Amino acid sequence: MKKEDVPQDLGALGKITKEVCYATDESGKYTTQLSAGWDVKITALDTAWQDVEERIAAAKQKVLNKEASPILFFMEKGLMDIKILAGYTGFWQWQVKRHLKPEVFNKLSEKKLQKYAEVFNVSVPNLQTMTINEA
Amino acid sequence: MRLDFKHIQAAHCENGVTMSLLKNIGVQQITEPLAFGIGAGLFFVYIPLLKINNGPVIAFRTLPGLIFKRTCKALGIPVVRKKFRSKEAAETFLNECLAAGHPVGCQVGVYYLPYFPKEYRFHFNAHNLIVYGTEDGNYMVSDPVMENTSTLTAYELERVRFAKGALAPNGQLYYPKENQIVTNDQVKKGIISGIEKNVFNMISPFTGPIVGVNGIRFTGKRIKKWRDSLGLKQAGLYLAQLVRMQEEIGTGGGGFRYIYGAFLQETHAYIPNDELLEISQTFTASGDLWRTAAIQAAGIYKGRIGSQEDFNVMGDYLLEIAEIEKKAFTALKNIKWR
Repeated sequence: MKKEDVPQDLGALGKITKEVCYATDESGKYTTQLSAGWDVKITALDTAWQDVEERIAAAKQKVLNKEASPILFFMEKGLMDIKILAGYTGFWQWQVKRHLKPEVFNKLSEKKLQKYAEVFNVSVPNLQTMTINEA
Repeated sequence: MRLDFKHIQAAHCENGVTMSLLKNIGVQQITEPLAFGIGAGLFFVYIPLLKINNGPVIAFRTLPGLIFKRTCKALGIPVVRKKFRSKEAAETFLNECLAAGHPVGCQVGVYYLPYFPKEYRFHFNAHNLIVYGTEDGNYMVSDPVMENTSTLTAYELERVRFAKGALAPNGQLYYPKENQIVTNDQVKKGIISGIEKNVFNMISPFTGPIVGVNGIRFTGKRIKKWRDSLGLKQAGLYLAQLVRMQEEIGTGGGGFRYIYGAFLQETHAYIPNDELLEISQTFTASGDLWRTAAIQAAGIYKGRIGSQEDFNVMGDYLLEIAEIEKKAFTALKNIKWR
């Protein structure tokens, strides 16, 4: 890539910091050039986020249909999977899997609910009712 | 307390941390491309069946931690590296290092990293930054991919050092043990061993079908089948993941191929063999083709194109890249160093 071809399409990262790209100058020598972003990868990131939004919407529907507990919704919202959630809560993965069932979730102790609430940064009542207060 | 330390922006976090920490202990020669090349950073792997963030596992660089480790080893620099169970012990040790005058590299997760743009904060745990001082109970942080330095509270730093999930950092920190002068001869030896290691990783018959040049070819063939096996939408997501791994912050563009080209150019100052300059151009060509492929992929995930023919074109780009890189690494392999 030639130095003058380094793209400057402003993306989410470019608003905060420019990134270093390696490119060649007129004499073919490598040098660094700051880039504000590249349309191709901005849309790649957008595509990934669209998928996240769809997963959150699907999780919400599952909870409303009583096929899953609100933990599924908050897990998707936090971009987590069972392994990550187990890591942050300190539960075993098999426990988290059980807690995703509405009937198990409804009988969870206050203490366990509190743990999830802390990780998701919501109150216990909001956890149970799948409410998010946008802060 | 603020240590004498100069923030230098780099393309990739681990290259940047390695370069800055080594420069700081007196290794004048080190640059980002040298750190990357001596650390044998160039790689390719596609692991089918395994998924991260609901996408395929594709990497253009070697495993996290290896670049620092290999570069220091090649240059004969002893390293301190530590992981922790307890958050308190991790913080105490960090403070002790700073008090002893060592800027320290830390492995962190980016999900809770406050100065990162929200759009980039996935659960990715192999990010690296340098802590180089404290100020009013906060930590001064040099993150190599950022233009400027940042500050983190003790809690914020603890949270990213103890991020959870795949490759959890467990508070890992590392730094070169003592100041050291490295001779040009040592750099030269490091360059040769780095290239030899990279040749092995990319074209050795022992690395199997999903690694190195074989892996690129394998991925090209797979991509042609993605439209049928995954459906257009999922295939688009997979291609977006490929492009992100290839181009997102840290690669320097073209899936690290440009940094490697820069590395080979820089080696010429230590090993005056003109072949290195020619091979450097081949890596530039490879990087350019990776980016052309990314534009094709973008057409698919944007929904502008999407026929089987479009996937064939995409797959063929990777097959062509595999040939180019095979040629380049074979040429590197055949160089007579002594």
